[in-house]
Amino acid sequence: MATTTVLPRKPWKATKADLIPVFGALALAAILDFVVVAVTPMKGKIAYVLLFFIFGAGFQMALKWRNLGKRAAIDSLAGSVAIAGATIAFTPVLSLLATTIVKGAKGLYPGFFFHDMSVANYQSPLNQGGVVQAIVGTLYLIILATLISLPLSVLTALYLTEIRGKASGFIQFLVQAMSGIPSVVAGIFIYSALLLTTSLRGSTIMAALALAILMIPTVTRTAQEVLLLVPQDLREAGLALGATQWKTVATIVVPAARNGLITAVILGVARIAGETAPLLFTLGVSNKINWNPFSGGQSALPYYVWSGLGDGTELGIDRAWSGILVLLMLVLTLFVVARVFGTRKVKIK
Amino acid sequence: METRVKMSTENTPQPNSLAGVAAARVREPGSAPLGSGLEARGVHAWFGSHLALENVSLDFAAGTVTALIGPSGCGKSTFIRTLNRMHEFIPSAAMAGEVLLDGKDIYASGTDVTRIRLQIGMVFQKPNPFPSMTIGENVLAGLKLAQIKYDGNKDDLMEETLTRAGLWNEVKDRLSAHAGGLSGGQQQRLCIARSLAVNPKVLLMDEPCSALDPGSTLRIEDTISQLSKTMTIVIVTHNMPQAARVSDYTAFFLADGGPGQMIEVGPTNEMFSRPKDQRTENYVSGRFG
Repeated sequence: MATTTVLPRKPWKATKADLIPVFGALALAAILDFVVVAVTPMKGKIAYVLLFFIFGAGFQMALKWRNLGKRAAIDSLAGSVAIAGATIAFTPVLSLLATTIVKGAKGLYPGFFFHDMSVANYQSPLNQGGVVQAIVGTLYLIILATLISLPLSVLTALYLTEIRGKASGFIQFLVQAMSGIPSVVAGIFIYSALLLTTSLRGSTIMAALALAILMIPTVTRTAQEVLLLVPQDLREAGLALGATQWKTVATIVVPAARNGLITAVILGVARIAGETAPLLFTLGVSNKINWNPFSGGQSALPYYVWSGLGDGTELGIDRAWSGILVLLMLVLTLFVVARVFGTRKVKIK
Repeated sequence: METRVKMSTENTPQPNSLAGVAAARVREPGSAPLGSGLEARGVHAWFGSHLALENVSLDFAAGTVTALIGPSGCGKSTFIRTLNRMHEFIPSAAMAGEVLLDGKDIYASGTDVTRIRLQIGMVFQKPNPFPSMTIGENVLAGLKLAQIKYDGNKDDLMEETLTRAGLWNEVKDRLSAHAGGLSGGQQQRLCIARSLAVNPKVLLMDEPCSALDPGSTLRIEDTISQLSKTMTIVIVTHNMPQAARVSDYTAFFLADGGPGQMIEVGPTNEMFSRPKDQRTENYVSGRFG
């Protein structure tokens, strides 16, 4: 056997020589873009972007057409349109993120994460007070709302996908309808059903109930979809070993859908983390950390932001931006934690 | 279309005259191209850093049927997927070597990979008719997907390809029914018909009969014998008698603890009666694998 070392290649990847004409065409498109904007009445950022896309996509198409023919040219156009669509969708998101970071960074100082608002008000200088009470409140709300809605949602999804009982159609309809509920209605519902008629007062658990109402349809729908993705063969394999339906579902179906169920929870948390309206009627008020979720008012980051904006002063609005930034960081951290600890590691050979 | 069929018939040596030549035809990478058929030269395949297939050089002369045999995990499927550039769909995949179609490397820079796959068709282990299409639409799907203008009568093409795939009599009255209602064997023959409608030069079959009953298997074997007159066929199979029945040449693959390698190739009757390598002997006689 010859002992010459053969190195792995990826001949399907574009080489530098392949990329030179591609980037050349893009550069040409950029130059043409500036020329056309300079000499024609078309002006402004939108003209630049639009023309760059048209020229860029056109040149890439021409390149493909010359090298590989019409089919490849159309393929290239479809690729360009997809890139354009993604760009259009991502630009506002990135813009929002950048604005939040720039404006939010202004009010951030280490104490912002450790102090509460009992030592300051919205008009205080930005190096006083903080959001620790709102961070604690938001974490409480997310955890409680998840604890309430996750079991209900997964059980509902299991009813719809595994048991497929007589009420499936009706429950499906209800879940669909629930996902259209405006968030303020969830708050008013808890307010009128639990707070107005009893001696209970606004507290963390009341707000968590309102948020759970919003979270249930999102988690249920996603959980249902991921459970449907579990191959029927696996269920049959479990049942054919003599397992009961409950054992099959609990030990085979749900674990197989685990990563998808984590996605369901993440989507549910994303749905509620920034909700303000349901909190207005149910959360009560607190400018200090309240460790007891069952009594006394509570704070939360969206509520803090809402109050800051409502305050209307420059300092209040700066505080609101910082609150948004902290909320974004908190939610991102939670998602990363959920992915890292929740995803089953599959060992790949 | 016509020219291609004519060409391949001209270049097709008669199976008898090829006996004993196959081993000699396997060449080292870089040697002169054979000019027709498909030639693998020093093909290596990796998944990440794992070398799955090492240095396989194998020629598939036009109009022949070559069976790839060997135990599971020996790299047969990996190899067959390098022949029409399906290997690269696995993100960590890498390869080395050349695959020549009509003397041109299909991995050469600037190659239109979609046109390569149009010329080198594939039939998969599990029947995969398109669920949203009818039986008739499935047969003609290749023309539509590859945006080919077909000048002839499409109904004739449908009948011709379904007949060649041995399915016409069973489905001629329900061409507008959905393909999901067919049995597994019928679905697989539909997939073969679908591959034939775009008139490929080479047809790769990755264990096409492993999920089928003996009746369907025999029909597909008949189909393969018919097809080999006009195209080059490479078939991966675990079924020794099948390899013996349908193929002109057989290549034995083995991964002996390391990467998969081709141990031996030769005319099928010799491979099964008097293989040169002891490991081939053991495998074809059923002593391991």
